[in-house]
Amino acid sequence: MSDVRASMAGTVFQVLVAVGDSVQAGQDVVVLESMKMEVPVTSESSGTVREVRIAVGDFVNEEDVLVVLD
Amino acid sequence: MPSRKSDHRFIEGSEETFMDERLKREREAVLQGGDRRYHEKNQSIGKMFVRERLRLLFDAGLELEDGLFANCTADGLPADGVVTGLGTIHGRTVAVMANDSTVKAGSWGARTVEKILRIQETAERLQIPLLYLVDSAGARITDQVEMFPGRRGAGRIFHNQVRLSGQVPQICLLFGPSAAGGAYIPAFCDVVIMVEKNASMYLGSPRMAEMVIGEKVSLEEMGGARMHCSVSGCGDILAASEEEALEMARSYLSYLPDSSQQAPRRQAPRSVASHDKTLSDIIPANQNAPFNMLDLIARIVDEDSWFEIKKLFAPEILTGFARLDGHVVGIVANQPRVKGGVLFVDSADKAARFIALCDAFSIPLLFLADVPGFMIGTKVERAGIIRHGAKLIAAMSEATVAKISVIVRKAYGAGLYAMAGPAFEPDVCIALPSAQIAVMGPEAAVNAVYSNKIEELEESERRAFIEQKRAEYRADIDLYKLAAELVIDDIVQPEELRGVLATRLAAYQTKVASPPRRKHAVYPV
Repeated sequence: MSDVRASMAGTVFQVLVAVGDSVQAGQDVVVLESMKMEVPVTSESSGTVREVRIAVGDFVNEEDVLVVLD
Repeated sequence: MPSRKSDHRFIEGSEETFMDERLKREREAVLQGGDRRYHEKNQSIGKMFVRERLRLLFDAGLELEDGLFANCTADGLPADGVVTGLGTIHGRTVAVMANDSTVKAGSWGARTVEKILRIQETAERLQIPLLYLVDSAGARITDQVEMFPGRRGAGRIFHNQVRLSGQVPQICLLFGPSAAGGAYIPAFCDVVIMVEKNASMYLGSPRMAEMVIGEKVSLEEMGGARMHCSVSGCGDILAASEEEALEMARSYLSYLPDSSQQAPRRQAPRSVASHDKTLSDIIPANQNAPFNMLDLIARIVDEDSWFEIKKLFAPEILTGFARLDGHVVGIVANQPRVKGGVLFVDSADKAARFIALCDAFSIPLLFLADVPGFMIGTKVERAGIIRHGAKLIAAMSEATVAKISVIVRKAYGAGLYAMAGPAFEPDVCIALPSAQIAVMGPEAAVNAVYSNKIEELEESERRAFIEQKRAEYRADIDLYKLAAELVIDDIVQPEELRGVLATRLAAYQTKVASPPRRKHAVYPV
């Protein structure tokens, strides 16, 4: 099991995966908006999405868990 | 450098019979290093014998060795655990010190320290690069009075390193531990290459951490190669093997001159790697959308010439050497693909350090700006983003090598300043047609100036009002307006960029510096 965490503080702009999706290492899973920029957040490992902890519009802090993989 | 014939090993072979028996015996013993079981242990974890490392590092092995017989009257301390001497890399003479971890785990005694001091002094006298091949458990506590506190004790190694810094390149290759005080050797080098898994740096071992502060932690987590190359920033290059680390050191050196008194050597120009998509294709029109700056770099530098420094640390900014039409150049580029290319505490540190390295060794700097500014918010303010940002701006401002600033897309606020904007004496500030220079982006600016007005408006009117104000703002910061005011010196088509940069790099080679009258600045840290 591994977590995909926010690389910086910002607002969730897009969620690119849903529970059950399979994810490859290096794949973008969430796009944040921060400092007016679109900031893709990539998964460091491969796995299946077990949980999506955020929704579009949520504010997240750096290091917050966004997506949990199996 | 003398030819191989003058190597001390010339005595081998036909002349062997003339060799003094004791000399032969003593020398052979020393060249074997420590006890067999330590060789076997090293081998089992993928560590080479120190003399094998030196054979791979140099064009023709270690050609001159000093202090081979250090501590030879003591038992089991061949060369006192460190090999020092000179060899050649790509035909250039360089100095080396290399720990032998088969001898008391590469620990330092009095002669070990003296040998290291002497090779440092040699590097200074000869004005040649110095490589530190580190694999050492630290001080021999039993010998501390002789090697720790005195005028020519271990502290002097660090004093010499600081003195050498910026005079000659200092390169650290870390093959094993670099513990306690020894951890400062890499800290004072220009670049630190660490071998994954085996290399580590720490002031106190995990065992000591558990005893003294009660922390339970693994060595890899606390002081491992990957951690230092991605989190602490103490490591610059993570190598998968010892062979790769040695090859990286040779390659790194090809971008640097022998000393501050020389300039890096131009190599035969190579064309750029071929790509399907052009620069215009890969740079998104939407300023807020990410793209990979490495794709831009690959389209302007000579093929296979990009040598990245601190690839895994603060990847929102890219630093590295490249060749452009054969000329060595140091590149500092924002990476919009990571964290929006925003500048953070670590990215500022990383760039400041790289700029100082290039400036010390006459390597021209190329800035590729696509930056929304410095990060804001509680977390970074508490971490001192202002003083770290100041560090970057100071290093960039003080650099007197040729500085070329290219505004690729946005350059907002202090981001413009940090990337060698017009006020910081770049030799030229070039904009691509996609450049946008402003205190802040249109979205933020309209919010900042008209927030009260926007609040008052009816929902139905709001959208149109915002769009109109953003359009007005864009017109106000129009690139041709800035060019007309001589804020930027030129606007070039992306496809012309490589040619323009090559011509300018060639033209700026005669640049001279005029340092202000002072001892040194009071640097922000």
